[in-house]
Amino acid sequence: MNLEQRFRKIATDPNLSAKQKSQYLALEADASMDYMPLSQPLKEAKEAGVICDMFEGNAPFKPRYVLPDYGKFLAQGSAYLELEPAQDFDDALNALTIIYHHVPSVTNIPVYLGHLDNILLPYVKDLDDEQIYNKLKRFWIMLDRCLPDAFMHVNIGPTDNVICRTILKVDADLKQVAPNLTFMYDPDISPDDLLRQACDNICQTSKPHIANYPIHADTFDGKGFGIVSCYNALPLAGGANTLVRMNLKALALEANSITHFFTEILPYYNNLMFELIELRSQFLHQESHFFESFLVKEGLIEEDRFAPMYGIYGMAEAVEALLGKSTEQGQKNSVQYALTQNKQAIRYGHEEKANQLGYRISATLSGLVTSRPVTHGYQGHALLHAQGGISLDIGVTPGVRIPYGKEPDPVTHIKAVVGHHAYYPSGISDILTLDRTVKDNPEAMYQLCRAGLSVGLREFTANVESNDLVRVTGYMVKLSDIAAFKEIGSRMNTTGLGAEAVSNTGILTRKPRVMSQEMEAGAFKAKIVEEVDSEPA
Amino acid sequence: MNLTARISKIIPFSCVDGPGNRLVIFMQGCNFNCPNCHNPHTINHCNHCGICVDQCPTKALHIEPNGAVENEVVWQSDLCIECDQCTYICPHQSSPKVRTYSLEELLDRIRENQVFLTGITVSGGEASLQLPFIIALFKVIKTDPELSRLTCLLDSNGSLNISAWLSLFDYLDGVMIDLKAWQEEIHQYLTGKYNHRVITSISLLAKANKLAEVRLLCIPGYTDYEENIDELAAFLNTLKPMPLIRLNAFQHHGVVGDARLWSSAKKTDLESLAKQLLDRGVEKIQLPSVFY
Repeated sequence: MNLEQRFRKIATDPNLSAKQKSQYLALEADASMDYMPLSQPLKEAKEAGVICDMFEGNAPFKPRYVLPDYGKFLAQGSAYLELEPAQDFDDALNALTIIYHHVPSVTNIPVYLGHLDNILLPYVKDLDDEQIYNKLKRFWIMLDRCLPDAFMHVNIGPTDNVICRTILKVDADLKQVAPNLTFMYDPDISPDDLLRQACDNICQTSKPHIANYPIHADTFDGKGFGIVSCYNALPLAGGANTLVRMNLKALALEANSITHFFTEILPYYNNLMFELIELRSQFLHQESHFFESFLVKEGLIEEDRFAPMYGIYGMAEAVEALLGKSTEQGQKNSVQYALTQNKQAIRYGHEEKANQLGYRISATLSGLVTSRPVTHGYQGHALLHAQGGISLDIGVTPGVRIPYGKEPDPVTHIKAVVGHHAYYPSGISDILTLDRTVKDNPEAMYQLCRAGLSVGLREFTANVESNDLVRVTGYMVKLSDIAAFKEIGSRMNTTGLGAEAVSNTGILTRKPRVMSQEMEAGAFKAKIVEEVDSEPA
Repeated sequence: MNLTARISKIIPFSCVDGPGNRLVIFMQGCNFNCPNCHNPHTINHCNHCGICVDQCPTKALHIEPNGAVENEVVWQSDLCIECDQCTYICPHQSSPKVRTYSLEELLDRIRENQVFLTGITVSGGEASLQLPFIIALFKVIKTDPELSRLTCLLDSNGSLNISAWLSLFDYLDGVMIDLKAWQEEIHQYLTGKYNHRVITSISLLAKANKLAEVRLLCIPGYTDYEENIDELAAFLNTLKPMPLIRLNAFQHHGVVGDARLWSSAKKTDLESLAKQLLDRGVEKIQLPSVFY
């Protein structure tokens, strides 16, 4: 099928809205340009799917994630947008509504909506609780209906304040897909009953996600950070210029032993990762003219606060494959080997030996990423990220998660994964699925959350089995929308990704749960292309 | 004293065995014999007949000669894939996976999970059959600086006698008791035992403010709560403070034998029972959030 036919297929799709069609047409056009010049080894790794650019486009003209300093924007107004400084709450909400339409991202919809309690508190003045509730409720409905993408993310906490409390209440009452929500928790600042309110919300809506504020705050400088999209932690007034990711499962399958993996395979692909990071970020920073935007001129973002994200996934399969190789070589004649063959693989997330190899891989990756400067990075470096997966991943588990449907109980689960968390400054998400009986006992959610954060989880994310609203890979979808999607299409841009993820990745088999990771608009495009290509000529 | 307990299973996460997250210890052995038991493999102690050994798909079970016991069925946990085939086929309502724990071993399990826990719940089987161990366990927990914040609950069929209960009271936060039927004969049919002790235990625990919960398991056509609703409600109303009255619905999950043919309880069955109790002044009623 030629380019013109692909365009036509999108233009005549019965289930996409006009706006969605425009977006997919643009993605197709982008993909029709030549890619930046790649070395032969990188070209091969990319074609084999060992390294991928997350379908960010062949000529990156915008950063993947942008985190403007909205507080500064409200205080100073904007010459470019012809806005005066906000004087009151209505001004502030109105100004935010306007600027959101001017903040690019990989999906064209802003992934970061701001640390809303921080930035709105100065404008509350003498509004009473009911007025605040009504204004925020309208704002929330506007976000869900006008910016229909579950990747966009609001941050609140760690302080206890009226905006934080009201947002939790509005979010629980409306149970919308968008926006996604992160509550920052600091045991020294956030009162217990505020964390309890957040955990009650999780029992109802699987939101918010709880971020370990002290750990993230130590990772970034005093200017701050935000949690965006599918649990990416990034510098405030900056963001991610690109996200390149590596399939650890593929690396493990290529290695002929654990030693070979660490001494040859990993360093080889690490070099290719940096090659792709440099190509993509240099194009964005040096050729696209993105950093001449008003966002830079007005001081809302700073070019040197953008970092490449070095993503990895498939840790579970990599560990099991590597341990399988070592068992074959070392113990083939032993009785123990004969016995273990009765059982399948040494299971990641369940057995200490597997978990320890996983931590060793994470530590090694961390060393590789922190020791190598990049041309355009945060403090000169890329940031390691346990990537949540995309809807096209089949047979590979996101990030460092335990495979869907094979998770141990939530306490064992947390203890198995927490050893990875220190190594992933730009985010690592795991999703605990709790069965629906927890709805009668939100104290159990609270206990699990508080304990998980206290032992070192960077973030705590849970799904409750029977909630209609669930995380697919980090973004939210309604299960009822997924069921309806194939019939009638969906108003939400991300439901299509959710539907794909459900049918491709088995995420609904996650024991009592649905899952989450992150997946991106480009994946939808790839899916369309795939379908088009497989049509009979 | 070298105390040990026979334990069927320990789980570090439960949100249905008391408030918050609880580590639950399932003790092996029960003195009731309910046809509708949803954990029938916890009723008896293994007699090492060996029938399960050949059925294990991963060879996690084998027979070893062991002194006085001619053949002992041995379970290797590192080979087990938890398919539950062995307990499913056991003709003796038991399990080859029961382990003996010393008090210290059990405390180690609690300590390594304590940060995640609101408390511990000892369940079964019928946990109170191993009372000396439970007293010792709760006593250590309540006097250990690191563990004393954990609440200690006991899930029981209520068959313990008064003096035995009194020996636990200093270290116990609460008991959850099943009242499986109101009439003696029905209780006898459903459990193999009369309910006089159960009712005495419920009254005693309420007076001592140690009664966390009374559970009524509704089995349509078998339990007699509605037929005796006035007497039942009057009894529950004598309990001060009133404990939580949890209505449970009989389900087939885990059940073996004839009781699989019994009807499961529907939401409407429980709502009807709840209404009749409410009408008679029984207030703290909890219905399941989930019906299957």
